[in-house]
Amino acid sequence: MSRRAWRWLIPLSALPVLALLAYGFRVNPREIPSPLVGRPAPGFALTTFDGAPLTLEAQRGKVVVVNFWASWCYPACYEEAPVLERSWRAYRDRGVVVVGVDIQDKAEAAQKFIRDFGLSFPNAPDPTGKVSVDFGTYGVPETFFIDRRGRIRAKHVGALTDEVLRTHVEPLLGEPAG
Amino acid sequence: MIPELGYGAAIVALVLALWGAVTAALGARTGRPALLLSAQHAALAVFVLVTACFALLTYAFLTFDFSVRYVATNTNLGTPFYYRITGVWGALEGSIILWTWMLGLYTLIVILRHREGARELYPWVLTVMLGVLAFFLLVITVAAPPFARQAPVPADGRGLNPLLEDTGMITHPVALYLGFTGLTVPFAFAMAALITGRVGDAWITLTRRWTIIAWYFLSLGLLIGGWWSYHVLGWGGYWAWDPVENAAFMPWLTATAFLHSVMIQERRRMLKLWNISLVILTFSLTLFGTFLTRSGVIASVHAFTQGTIGAFFLSFLALVLLTALGLLAVRWDALHAQGELDSIVSRESAFLLNNVLFVAATFTVFFGTVFPLLSEAARGVKVSVGAPFFNQVNVPLFLALIFLMGVGPLIAWRRASFDNLRRNFLWPVLVGVAAAAFFFSLGVRSAIAVLVLALTVFVASTITVDFARASRARVRLGEPLLPAMGGLLRRHNRRYGGFGVHLGILIIAVGVTGSQAWSVQTETTLRRGEYAELAGYRVRFEDLTASEESNHFKVAGAFTVSNGRGLGVLRPAKKFYPQETSPIAYVDYRLGLREDIYLVLGDFARDGSQATVKFQVNRLVSWIWIGGLVLTAGAVLAILPEKKKAA
Amino acid sequence: MRVRLAPVATLFLAVLLIGAARGAPAPARTVSEAEVHEIAGGLRCVVCQNLSVADSPSEMARQMRAIVRERLEAGESPTEVVQYFVDRYGEWILLSPRRSGFTLLVWLAPLVAVALGLAIVGVLVWKWTRRPATTGAALRVDPAMRERIRRETEAEP
Repeated sequence: MSRRAWRWLIPLSALPVLALLAYGFRVNPREIPSPLVGRPAPGFALTTFDGAPLTLEAQRGKVVVVNFWASWCYPACYEEAPVLERSWRAYRDRGVVVVGVDIQDKAEAAQKFIRDFGLSFPNAPDPTGKVSVDFGTYGVPETFFIDRRGRIRAKHVGALTDEVLRTHVEPLLGEPAG
Repeated sequence: MIPELGYGAAIVALVLALWGAVTAALGARTGRPALLLSAQHAALAVFVLVTACFALLTYAFLTFDFSVRYVATNTNLGTPFYYRITGVWGALEGSIILWTWMLGLYTLIVILRHREGARELYPWVLTVMLGVLAFFLLVITVAAPPFARQAPVPADGRGLNPLLEDTGMITHPVALYLGFTGLTVPFAFAMAALITGRVGDAWITLTRRWTIIAWYFLSLGLLIGGWWSYHVLGWGGYWAWDPVENAAFMPWLTATAFLHSVMIQERRRMLKLWNISLVILTFSLTLFGTFLTRSGVIASVHAFTQGTIGAFFLSFLALVLLTALGLLAVRWDALHAQGELDSIVSRESAFLLNNVLFVAATFTVFFGTVFPLLSEAARGVKVSVGAPFFNQVNVPLFLALIFLMGVGPLIAWRRASFDNLRRNFLWPVLVGVAAAAFFFSLGVRSAIAVLVLALTVFVASTITVDFARASRARVRLGEPLLPAMGGLLRRHNRRYGGFGVHLGILIIAVGVTGSQAWSVQTETTLRRGEYAELAGYRVRFEDLTASEESNHFKVAGAFTVSNGRGLGVLRPAKKFYPQETSPIAYVDYRLGLREDIYLVLGDFARDGSQATVKFQVNRLVSWIWIGGLVLTAGAVLAILPEKKKAA
Repeated sequence: MRVRLAPVATLFLAVLLIGAARGAPAPARTVSEAEVHEIAGGLRCVVCQNLSVADSPSEMARQMRAIVRERLEAGESPTEVVQYFVDRYGEWILLSPRRSGFTLLVWLAPLVAVALGLAIVGVLVWKWTRRPATTGAALRVDPAMRERIRRETEAEP
């Protein structure tokens, strides 16, 4: 009798596997959390397209929005460029810096992009990809929100909206710089 | 109008498939021939209707009917004629149609071949085949309708995935699907055996050749996939252990295990339970593969669209697994027969070991493939399980399998005497050891490479010993040598076909080992006229040309290759498709028996003054394709009908 | 048409510039193509699917190979280089999971599978060989079973 009961374990053994596969629907394999969130942002020293030096250290005490983009990143980067410019203008007096890092791009195309969108915040190319790897980026666009103490507090993958930007920046503004 | 016709045909086919499945089952229970006849007619009608669907979709492709979303996403006005036809199965919806069409074809052949011979099993076989067909038709009508319209109608389509514009991608799915769908036949027979309780050996005898045919197409599909990967993807490899490749490889492993264990059942009437389990497992793994490729649950190169379709496949997989394993439990007593073995040293043992290794390899691949899911479920951490892992854990298993490949076919059934062992294995072992020493003295230092080469020589020697001995026996009886050999091949076609397949696998193993161990590569930026050197070859950058093709823009570099004497010009390129954000690499290569020269164009200066090129010398890769040809010859020999009296 | 520039020359130049900015350290050691390939082969290309940084033809992978080389040249050990990437991308970037903690499971699985398979087959073979052919089995079959065997064998062609 015990043997008769035992054999029903055969079909039942399939259930955990099926459950695991069903669990797969709940996860997105393309969405990988960044281990850098909560940690100090990696420093960088770049030169903007205008020839000015751009370092993260110089922004200490401000809330920094680091945006990785490329001119070939259509449509996401094209959608968020006006958002970034708008936010930069709105927040710059409240201690927010927007920094654009252009990756895997070519200078003329990137400069045309900046001109077309009239971007006035500092933008710098990252020709070696070192900064993008330091930040652990997977592609473009990706945006990192850094608090006044230089810690990465959030990462956003994909095109930014005013809403997303505001919800990430506002809380950081309320924090002390200490 | 045309798309609506196609959609209507699919719905009618779905209803008829369900009707046929039910009437066949009723026919089996009541024994009324009229019901069975009705089911057969339904199957025929389903096939005709699916063929019509296929034709109508092809027509929509050829006429650029962009009101059909599937057509608009997978073709555009620039797509060449050839790829407009193959584009039909270039993405999810159409690939399901191709799949269903093949399944319908197999169902018809099963009807033609087995409606007389297997009266007890046959109606249930029909039920299962039509049931599976009904599922796929449900996918076509509900989950992924290829004829879905869209409005507004775009002026031009998006275009086929550029990577699929290749002959390899045309034949790869066809062969692979012939394999996958073909495995439905043994599954249907196994299910029929379980349902009727006739779990004897009849279903095994009836499906043996079906399994070999399906197995062969699966092998072919995998090899063509490797070829496509090698010459299109531009990374210099043919197998990346991508989840999708694994998904196709797993049923191949279990089907191979089944082809071997079946021989024990044929000869010794043992392992009934095991063989039925293997067939169920194999079929379930084909469904798992379709689930994996089409659900987007696990990241993979085959980025088929996501959607509800994953849930459809998972539900069907659950249904199949639970029903089949449930039936297995019901028939447990009939299946669970005590085995009998005379000795541990016997062919039976070798085959059992073979099965352990194949199933262990399957489990390893399966576990590695779903492990990222498990890790995320258990601790919320994303991990990757990739090529380095799979190579490392599978190599020992495959080495052991190659060794068994030499032992299994020659060791005696029941009980191998010392004399049998000495007679069959003394020379091959000596030759194998000598080969190891030889390759070591040649400077081969990789332990795995030496082992593979020595084992290969060992196995090849066993085959030679066997074939030579058998030919000699016939020659002694007065036959001339060549007819004696031909007669052997023809008369024992299964045995020698099997040897042929083994030889093919050996050649592939050597190719894989060589390419892993000895390939070299470099990457440099060259100005015009400069050259790079690697492994005795010199590659000189001549110039860069741009050209406008029908559906893309192409920038090709010209590189002259020489090794003392000129070997011609290679033109690797980058193709810029309007629908793609990044360019597609177009590899150029020069294949050779010993090594391939393989060039991938990287970045370049727009004025053509310089270009970066990835320059690889890939060793012995061609052996893989040659092994595929040998494997084909062996499989064809094994598939030939048996017992046909020589005319 | 978009042509991406950033060829290795620019890259090289930039490396030089950054090097100059940092006081131009000479490479601590020379690094072979094979060493870079070895490490890059274990890292997952972040813009592709399931290709390694060594194999991927993408721009991102090329930059990552350059970073691997640069860090090795600066004197880092292969483990440190790998850790650099893990710190930024998580364990996800390792194509071969670590042999410790939870991911040890995936490494043990094949061993367990083989051991279990061998054990089962071993027990079966031991049981089966202890039951000499033709004795035993035939005698203990009950009449119903025998009838079934008869039916089955007759049904077969």
